[in-house]
Amino acid sequence: MLIQENKSTLEVQPRNEEKVKKIWKTAGILLAITVVEFIMAFTMDRGILLYFLFIALTIWKAKYIMMEFMHLGEEAKPLFFSIIVPLIFLVWLVIALMKEGSEIFLMRW
Amino acid sequence: MSAHSTAIGVSPKRGTWGGGNEPFKASYGKIMMWFFLLSDIFTFAAFLITYLSLRVSYPTYAGPENEFLGSNEYWPVPELVFEALPFVHGLHAPLIFVGIMTFVLISSSVTMVLAVEAGHRNDRNDVVKWMLWTLLGGITFLSCQAWEWNHFIHGTESGTVMTYVNSLNRLVTETVFGANLNVNEYGPPAFAQLFFFITGFHGFHVTIGVFLLFLCFYQAAVGVYDKRGHYEMVEKIGLYWHFVDLVWVFVFTLFYLI
Repeated sequence: MLIQENKSTLEVQPRNEEKVKKIWKTAGILLAITVVEFIMAFTMDRGILLYFLFIALTIWKAKYIMMEFMHLGEEAKPLFFSIIVPLIFLVWLVIALMKEGSEIFLMRW
Repeated sequence: MSAHSTAIGVSPKRGTWGGGNEPFKASYGKIMMWFFLLSDIFTFAAFLITYLSLRVSYPTYAGPENEFLGSNEYWPVPELVFEALPFVHGLHAPLIFVGIMTFVLISSSVTMVLAVEAGHRNDRNDVVKWMLWTLLGGITFLSCQAWEWNHFIHGTESGTVMTYVNSLNRLVTETVFGANLNVNEYGPPAFAQLFFFITGFHGFHVTIGVFLLFLCFYQAAVGVYDKRGHYEMVEKIGLYWHFVDLVWVFVFTLFYLI
């Protein structure tokens, strides 16, 4: 029986410093946005404006994670759109159920 | 994108979608991971939008912060519910612990993307190093969540007097400590139910993620991917791990900030 030696046949390429730098920069942006959200949670009054800002900042963070970390932007366009377009339906679900919730609020209180 | 594609090449007899090809210029495994994540996004969206909808159907606590009392008449303020830290008893530290958890998960996402980058370069040592950091981040996050749940379930020392329908279908008024699916000392029953289901479902995903990370770390370390000729598995597991982070970003905003 042959014992295969655990030797790599793949060529190791040098580090791409520019790519790594971009990753750390994205991480910095994500942390900065989270810190801003934190500060807003303690300094601003609760209300529609604050909720809107929170959701906008969260979607902004989600964009960075999907485009930079998951490399969705580098995929072929048909794949990109088949992931992004179905998510547009969620916008309506948010609006519809927020409306429903506030109607229940009016009925109950 | 996939530089190490394993495609057999387009056969004119089979056409683009006949199998053996890469119609989206991405491998089968990566496309399937993306569509699985899309379906999972809808599951989490259903949970989170339900939270939002129930949240706006209750009044918000409006009194002064230091006089906050839990009640099932209004929705609790998150920074007054999640304000404890492990090892420090009785300290008012609003949202600090969950901030640390968020930091840990985002950091593990960063080390994951560094592992993917190392995988593109076929650099086994770097992949193993960054996978190990990611694994550590995942386990730390899960441990934090276990503590968070434990604290949430056991509640505060004083508890809250609540009037509610108990599991025997009787209307009772008694002091409630902590939380279960029937009643909780913080707010309406739906608050604790949604907390358990949403963070629980997310934690379940993290647990599976930790298993996958370990598998990937192990296979990279013993040289399975070198033999295979590409490090695509790191990329696929990376997609899943980033997704877990993506969901947490939304859970954090909706649960702890709004």
